[in-house]
Amino acid sequence: MPINPSLSPIRDADFGPAQARHLMSRAGFGVTPQKLVEWHELGLDAAVRRLVDYQGVQLGELEPADLDPDVIRPYTMDERREAGIARREKDQKTLDKLRRMRVAANAEDRRMHAGLQRWWVERMAKTPRPTEERLTLLWHGHFATRHRDVRDSYLMEQQNAMFREHANGSFADLAHGVVHDPAMIKFLNNDQNRKQRPNENLARELMELFTLGEGHYTEDDIKAGARALTGYHFRDNDFHFVESQHDKGDKTILGYTAPFNGTNFVKLLLAHEACARFIALKLYRHFVADVSDDWDLLDSGTRQVVDDLAKLLRDEDYQIKPVLARLFKSRHFYDAGVVGKQIKSPVQVVVGTIHQTGAPLRNDRAIATALRGMGQQLFEPPSVAGWEGGKAWINTSTLFMRQNTCAYLLTGATPGKAFKKNDVKYDPRSLLAGFEDQNAKAAVDQLCDTMLGHHVGADRREPLVRFMQERDKGVTGDALVALLLLITAMPEYQLC
Amino acid sequence: MCNHYHPLSTDTPKLLDATFTRRRFLGGMAMLSAAASVPGFVGSTSEAYADTDWYTSSKPGVPEGRVLVVVQLSGGNDGLNTVVPFGDDNYNRARPGIRINDAVKLDDADGIGLNPALRPIHEMIGQGRAAVVNGVGYPNPNRSHFKSMDIWHSAKTDEKEMRGKGWVGKALDTAYPLDRHGNAPERAGMACVSIGNEAPMAVHGSHVQPVAFQSATAFQWAGHGVHDAVSDGYNKINQNKADADPADPLAFVQRTTLDAQVASSKVRKAVQGGTETRFPANPLARQLSMVAKMIRAELPTRVYYVTLGGFDTHAQQANKHTQLLTQFADSMKAFYDELNKTGHDGRVVSLAFSEFGRRLRQNASNGTDHGVAGPSFVFGPSVKHGLHGSYPSLDDLDQGDLIHTVDFRSVYADLLDNWMAIDSRRALGAEYGHLGLFAKGKRA
Repeated sequence: MPINPSLSPIRDADFGPAQARHLMSRAGFGVTPQKLVEWHELGLDAAVRRLVDYQGVQLGELEPADLDPDVIRPYTMDERREAGIARREKDQKTLDKLRRMRVAANAEDRRMHAGLQRWWVERMAKTPRPTEERLTLLWHGHFATRHRDVRDSYLMEQQNAMFREHANGSFADLAHGVVHDPAMIKFLNNDQNRKQRPNENLARELMELFTLGEGHYTEDDIKAGARALTGYHFRDNDFHFVESQHDKGDKTILGYTAPFNGTNFVKLLLAHEACARFIALKLYRHFVADVSDDWDLLDSGTRQVVDDLAKLLRDEDYQIKPVLARLFKSRHFYDAGVVGKQIKSPVQVVVGTIHQTGAPLRNDRAIATALRGMGQQLFEPPSVAGWEGGKAWINTSTLFMRQNTCAYLLTGATPGKAFKKNDVKYDPRSLLAGFEDQNAKAAVDQLCDTMLGHHVGADRREPLVRFMQERDKGVTGDALVALLLLITAMPEYQLC
Repeated sequence: MCNHYHPLSTDTPKLLDATFTRRRFLGGMAMLSAAASVPGFVGSTSEAYADTDWYTSSKPGVPEGRVLVVVQLSGGNDGLNTVVPFGDDNYNRARPGIRINDAVKLDDADGIGLNPALRPIHEMIGQGRAAVVNGVGYPNPNRSHFKSMDIWHSAKTDEKEMRGKGWVGKALDTAYPLDRHGNAPERAGMACVSIGNEAPMAVHGSHVQPVAFQSATAFQWAGHGVHDAVSDGYNKINQNKADADPADPLAFVQRTTLDAQVASSKVRKAVQGGTETRFPANPLARQLSMVAKMIRAELPTRVYYVTLGGFDTHAQQANKHTQLLTQFADSMKAFYDELNKTGHDGRVVSLAFSEFGRRLRQNASNGTDHGVAGPSFVFGPSVKHGLHGSYPSLDDLDQGDLIHTVDFRSVYADLLDNWMAIDSRRALGAEYGHLGLFAKGKRA
């Protein structure tokens, strides 16, 4: 059966528990059985609005990241003078002292970076605005910036806050934001982009990876774009335009000639017809299906959906919110060919397991290690191209990592180490509280419905039902932990 | 000890019972449970690859049983105190506090010898199973550990071309192309084994990804130990019939799940028991003894990757460096002795490298700072033993650093083309000359 390419909404009556579950697993990180009831009862319009138009949802007790802005700072006047004298006079002792200061600052920065990674995982696990974090993660992967190169965790946090601020707003604000963003400027060496010696790095990625995609610009456009971005530097922790380093001459970009600056350059890119399609496909790959990132390789139905989304994006001045709302209500989104067919990212595995089971976050350093092992280290994408996603997440090695990360969250067990019952510290019985049927089959069905999806049939659930029926003591907390272990180890759990 | 092991001739390798495929794995499961159904896709893939298929390549005369072991010496090994130019006054003058005065002379080299800690390697060179490649580096060297390691891993000097993929991964991508549904062949599932919790960029390909584990016991589902009856349930949920559509993502995950379990069983079975050779007690030896056991078990693995860290010797380096070189040399010797006893040394070549060498002039703390070119080592009876590449001049320095004489990518190219029979131009994205590590090398 071909997938319905229509973006017109499903009927309210067709928004059942299965659809609510699908919506929550794609727009958010999944739900518990009780939460599913609540979201379903909201109905399609209200549920989608609450997810996508989340500014009205109170954040509650989320902690700010709270990093030291001066962890990496330039020398003070005095230090600069001291360093200058020491270099001139070859004063090894002072030079060593300054070197030790730098080494200590970098070590402190690495500690802060680890803290920042933990902070984000925790925020994603606790937030009542899951779509906000899903979008922030999308923009982090889209405008991929690596701490390893930036080496200033405060700048990484500032960038993350910028992505979050505009996450469901206008893509135009995000695009303008990154050319003024200190972390991005440092990452792509635009602080070395000067009138006399242009550096093309940011200009190139801006076109290739952030707005248009390959094939829609020439090398000359890149050279001219780089000139438009000359002098876009940063000082301390803020954007700083160095007028004396800015090339004020005429540039020809994408066929237009004027004394463009960085803002004009970004506007030209946003006006280009390839941009909306490029971003629409990005949204589609993040929220709908693991298709190719090359539009030419898509089947005709997917092309139609992507182009309809692109048109909407243009009509709405690049506002993300209305595009997502349309998508999340559409016939296409709820088609059987879409549901349960997307491979979860490692972050979805970790955060989703917490959202769906209420398991504790446990040792957050172990979680950071697990994410690295599964191939998605936050603030450390493999390159400026971001994470590949889809099938690339799964191989013989990462599959065990994914299963074992779930096992760790549920029980505290790690492979190769003796397991202690006392380490479990998690009772999943509350997941089923309030439901009438508490027998083995009802428990399996409740948890399979939310964790695997309603589409996963009785034949696949049967070994789980048998497992629960064989427990002499009935549906105990212990038996439920084992059941959750099995569910998270099913191939279906890798998909959403 | 391994009493039931019968060494094989290296000329005509045969498979032991280690051939453990998805089909056999499921076959075994079927005996456990009468209800087990064999997925449709298993029949088709298993028929496509006969059980012994991985052993013979499409290229005549090039057995896929050939193995490459990469030994990463992390931190920047001081090449000048490893392969020592003791006959050069520049060396002696530049290193008053840490120069090696008792280097072990090499037969065919004037004024160059090995650090005495490398005696076992000196011996291996004499036995025709080790070689030194002098002056390995690359143009416009980067002195950051991270960046230089990235360059060695990706075989690209331009960061923009790296994209998180490494030379081994890309070589294996080439060797195991995807089918028309975008699925990798079953054999790609454990084409590369990397010891350590995190696999280095070198072994990441586009679709061929390494199997990575610190210890083999950790390479399995952690749930087994948690609950009495859970293992049986785990086997059942992972054996159900798969979706027949090879493009379906669920079928892909199911297939990979089976591959992972097969690989896990193979690896854990392989590393059980002891070795015939006594390995020294150090982290590298621990890794290499595991690799020796996996090679002995004839896993379908083409590349193994191990790491020894600690070479960043900025201060008081003499003892530390001697210790590290001793670990390295003793481990390599034990590794090849074991491979020889089990009859597999003929199919194993090893490369040992470090991300950079160190500066000629020692620093004030009797240590050395980050430099550039340094020696690499290649091991195995199939390798042309002795010295390759010319020793960098100590008169002609670039800001106090040696100038490389061999591009590291020509070492890779030689290993890929002439040992692994994988087209290096596709793996490295460019053509590099061969170093002549192998007697029958082309483009030498």
